Amino acid sequence: MNEFIEPFERMIETIATPALVRAVEHGMDAASLWDVVAASGFLDALVPEDRGGAGLSPAQVHPLWLALGRHAVPLPIGETMIARYLLAMAGADLPDGPIFLAEARTGAECVISGGLLARHALVEADGALHLVETASMAPAPTGVNGSLAARVSWSGPTRAAIGAAPAGGLRSLGAILNAARIAGAAARLTGMATAYANERIQFGKPIGRQQALQQTLAVMAEDMVAARIASQLGCAGGLPPSPAAAATAKSVASAAAARITATAHAVFGAIGISEEHDLQLFTRRLHEWRLADGAETFWNRRLGALRLAVEMGSVDFVRAWQDAGQDSSL
Amino acid sequence: MTLAALPAADEAIRPAIRALIERAIAGTPADIRARSWLGFDAAFSRELGAAGFLGLTLPKRYGGGERGAFARFIVVEELLSAGAPVAAHWITERQTAPLILNFGTEAQRNRYLPGICRGELIFCIGMSEPGSGSDLASVRTRAERTGSGWRVNGQKIWTTNAQHSDHMIALLRTSGSAEDRHAGLSQMIIDLKAPGVTVRPIVDLTGGAHFCEVFFEDVELPADALIGREGEGWKQVTAELAFERSGPERIYSSVVLLDAWIRHLQASGRADPATAALVGDFTARMGVLRAMSIACTAQLAAGESPAVEAALVKDLGTSLEQQLPIAIGDDLAAHPDEPVDAELYRTLMYVTHIAPSFSLRGGTREILRGIIARGMGLR
Ligand SMILES: Cc1cc2nc3c(=O)[nH]c(=O)nc-3n(C[C@H](O)[C@H](O)[C@H](O)COP(=O)(O)OP(=O)(O)OC[C@H]3O[C@@H](n4cnc5c(N)ncnc54)[C@H](O)[C@@H]3O)c2cc1C
Repeated sequence: MNEFIEPFERMIETIATPALVRAVEHGMDAASLWDVVAASGFLDALVPEDRGGAGLSPAQVHPLWLALGRHAVPLPIGETMIARYLLAMAGADLPDGPIFLAEARTGAECVISGGLLARHALVEADGALHLVETASMAPAPTGVNGSLAARVSWSGPTRAAIGAAPAGGLRSLGAILNAARIAGAAARLTGMATAYANERIQFGKPIGRQQALQQTLAVMAEDMVAARIASQLGCAGGLPPSPAAAATAKSVASAAAARITATAHAVFGAIGISEEHDLQLFTRRLHEWRLADGAETFWNRRLGALRLAVEMGSVDFVRAWQDAGQDSSL
Repeated sequence: MTLAALPAADEAIRPAIRALIERAIAGTPADIRARSWLGFDAAFSRELGAAGFLGLTLPKRYGGGERGAFARFIVVEELLSAGAPVAAHWITERQTAPLILNFGTEAQRNRYLPGICRGELIFCIGMSEPGSGSDLASVRTRAERTGSGWRVNGQKIWTTNAQHSDHMIALLRTSGSAEDRHAGLSQMIIDLKAPGVTVRPIVDLTGGAHFCEVFFEDVELPADALIGREGEGWKQVTAELAFERSGPERIYSSVVLLDAWIRHLQASGRADPATAALVGDFTARMGVLRAMSIACTAQLAAGESPAVEAALVKDLGTSLEQQLPIAIGDDLAAHPDEPVDAELYRTLMYVTHIAPSFSLRGGTREILRGIIARGMGLR
């Protein structure tokens, strides 16, 4: 634990109550909520101290990202932290307001998590980074209920790039952020499902007394812990994360996310299908974060390719990147 | 469970139902068709009724087609695989019609079955209550005898389509208390326009409102509201659930998404071995599930009540239905260079979000596995 998490979580609790999350999802202007975040200074958590930030490491920021997941925060706070770090490192000006991250190809449309709320986009195209106003990418709602993702398109740069894309691409930075948010939401869902299993009476006793449900919930706990450890590994090195760290984090967290949402819904039964219940605020996000920046197969391919390229034992391979941290070439 | 084939005589109706569906859904996007079970279109159901595609298992004297379970299987298969909006007749035709045929009086059959076969009369199923989900025998909503019939008090919840329905088939306690479990339960036909009935739709996590809360406050029912025998409600409900669980609806809920994804793969020209293997996996499993579902239909056609077999098909079928959006999402996310069009994306997310309900409605996975285990002599 570090001293940042407590004030951060207190702030998150005021701007991301379930009622506010719903309001933002249904079109409330989030500017006043964003002002609270901006005033807190946390958006510059990763920005080096000599450029006016707090200079925290990803490992120190990891608990904050977990909190974003634990509270189903709709604002692109994590993305903006990463964007401001990259902009600061490139010596560029830092714009006000939320920033989303996109790996884009000229002429192609893509769906970006949190895209409807962001004023700016940090776009990676052909290996270079561009900061643009979101409006220039014609953001459109996806039509998915409650989703703040936007469909955007990139028609190529109009100004000079602000610098080169980080090694592994924006996607690897998004991957470790999303792995952490998945882990945070997974912890929340495991807590909610366990509490409900102890409360809900059917057949004269709490459903949690049924062995079938106990086994399912036990697997949920396994997945939750694995997702947290995976996301911690993703954040253990510097920025950008090593390819193996990003891949391991997002692969394991994404696969766990699918099982965890399924179990949470199974335990809650019909009430969890209703909009009124908070469960869906978390499960819908888990799906979005799972798919953002590639899910398990995307990252398994990258990791598998790395593994196949070296002649060493599997344990040595894992040791090589875990123990060497950022210095690893893996 | 024995492998069975659809009789050629029944297959002969496939072109006609297919043509009707094609006309009706022309231009409807995949994310709307993906709602099939929940897509409500009263005019479409009446059109099906007028064309003779509803009530295929019912005798002609009640307006039915007298064609049997195989013909019905074919119609249902066509409706689901196209993603036609079937909600306005779905539950009524599937389970209320056989219930009234098997347990109703002659007067009740004459009164309700012809309207069901025309696609005009809509029923909903009032089993679940806030305190009674899996433990259905604990229902508390009560019907008390009056001089002229019954008086109902209590509440149902998760009642699909109650807001559009004319009547509810309600499972009610007519004697004893919740502790008496299976004894003292009866089924009643409740006119939802009767004074004292309040229907409140519940919005779901996709933004739709298909299920409802239904409140009863001193609702007066005539004596002939009782369907079947007083106190036999549990036995009747068990028979009804066998109809609910055994059809092809338990294997095709995600098929519109599957087809939209396959069209995307074809358009992208992606047929590498890993992709082909994934498509092949789904296709193989769907093939076996279809054969299993036809085997269940053969048992229904032979007048049996294949409760264990139906549970088996539903559990396997909903597992496939739930895996499809997870695997397809993973696949599309693994190919970021392949643009996903807006319609496929909406379809994917809709099915992803609604899929958990597939293994809840009609009995949860855990309850079905309990039924299978009992059938195996394990409990
Ligand atoms: C989309 C949808 C439509 C529906 N439509 C209708 C309708 O039209 N009419 C109607 O009457 N109902 C309807 N339902 C309700 C449905 O029948 C119930 O959701 C279902 O019976 C489960 O009840 P529950 O939701 O209260 O969950 P619970 O019974 O509270 O179950 C919660 C969890 O506990 C588990 N559990 C409970 N008992 C046991 C046990 N003994 N052993 C192991 N695990 C156990 C369950 O499997 C589940 O995982 C609908 C539900 C949905 C989602």
